[in-house]
Amino acid sequence: METVKYVSEKELKEILKEAEKILPPRLINELYEELKEQALTREEVKKIVDLAISEYSSSLIEPGEAVGTVAAQSIGEPSTQMTLRTFHYAGVRELNVTLGLPRLIELVDARKTPSTPLMTVYLREGYKNSKEKATEIARRIEFTKVENVVKRVIIDIISFSIILELDPEMLHDKNITRDHVIKSLSRLKSLKANIVPDPEDPYKITIEVPFEKEPDYAKLFKLRDRILNTKIKGIKGIKRVIVQWRNGEYVLVCDGSNLVAVMRIPGVDPTRTISNNVKEVEEVLGIEAARQLLIKEMMNVLEEQGLDVDIRHVMLVADIMTRTGIVKQVGRHGVAGEKPSVLARAAFEVTVKQLIDAAARGEVDELRGVAENVIVGQYIPLGTSRVKLLMKLHIPTRTKGEER
Amino acid sequence: MAPKKLTKVILKHELVPKHEIAKPEEVAEILRKYGIKPEQLPWIKASDPIIRAIGAKPGDVIKITRKSPTAGEVIVYRYVVPG
Repeated sequence: METVKYVSEKELKEILKEAEKILPPRLINELYEELKEQALTREEVKKIVDLAISEYSSSLIEPGEAVGTVAAQSIGEPSTQMTLRTFHYAGVRELNVTLGLPRLIELVDARKTPSTPLMTVYLREGYKNSKEKATEIARRIEFTKVENVVKRVIIDIISFSIILELDPEMLHDKNITRDHVIKSLSRLKSLKANIVPDPEDPYKITIEVPFEKEPDYAKLFKLRDRILNTKIKGIKGIKRVIVQWRNGEYVLVCDGSNLVAVMRIPGVDPTRTISNNVKEVEEVLGIEAARQLLIKEMMNVLEEQGLDVDIRHVMLVADIMTRTGIVKQVGRHGVAGEKPSVLARAAFEVTVKQLIDAAARGEVDELRGVAENVIVGQYIPLGTSRVKLLMKLHIPTRTKGEER
Repeated sequence: MAPKKLTKVILKHELVPKHEIAKPEEVAEILRKYGIKPEQLPWIKASDPIIRAIGAKPGDVIKITRKSPTAGEVIVYRYVVPG
């Protein structure tokens, strides 16, 4: 009996190497993992790979396919089923996060700041498994004003002073002492006042304001507001920080966003820390990161609502939005407003304005796109009518006296 | 704009795919393959933090190796424009 020679792993790799020109890496890996388990001859493997290639090639999008329209409908239809609610964030009861249709609109509109900026801060090795250390960093990041630790403010008109009564519980929670408060108040340059800690009550601070001749009461009230708004510690923009246990490590979820400042805090893992603010990520990490985040956020919204939209549609939207190197909205101030065709722009929004402006500029519509050709009633340049016939004309030189 | 200290960090960030300046031969090949001029590629601004970090100049073509959930790995190109 003839011995059957099975393909070795080395040979298998060789065959797959050939296919790498056509197939994407993920399919190659999948083929490799499957085929190395089977006892197959070289011919059989070749047949399988050829079959995979032909299957892959036939499922590629054909030239002239209206991918944009398909993407629009594939995202648009499920969106109509979305609820207009703002949900609580999974796992964090205290934090509201915009999700659903409002968030999706926010993303495609490329707003400067999302309605609920949120940052997820990951920690480095040595910090991420300790709740104490995580809390310590959380306290450092959280923006704390005098207002946050004060229980009561009394304006004493007679002695012309402001008395702050601190809240012991809040002080403990934020890990602040009275000295911290006094120190940050004395850093206030415009505050020309005497800061006197109460010798009896450890939670009382008296601020004596000197005055010339007539006491100015309006000034006193203004001063109170300024004192309450004085920063004690933390990073600007971070309103609240919540320590959360997620996938085997402590993670800080921040209400508010300030990527650059948080990335510099020791103990924070800057390579994984992310914000949900696309514009901010674009500025700090570049256009490619913004594209990645757009896809992630959009898929997150769709999946959270239980809608099964293929990621390829979302990727197309993100690609178009980031094509010019900056994040552009999909509206009349962005992608749709920059179409070369007058009629296509007029068909989208603010028709009359578009037509008047185009007329004033003397624009010409070349009728190359879909919308403008629908308007004038011609074949649209899609699929088979996308291609045009190019002919090399061999005009025979006419001999004298010959009729055409 | 990313401050100086962070340039190394942002290159390693999980949202940032690998960016590198494409070699002229490679650029010529892809331009021939698609039958386009370099400015018909997607753009990336010269002021982009990653572009500054790798020190590319306007006119360069950047090869970006993205991780893709559908294909595993995808190579795309962007043309550096001033700005």
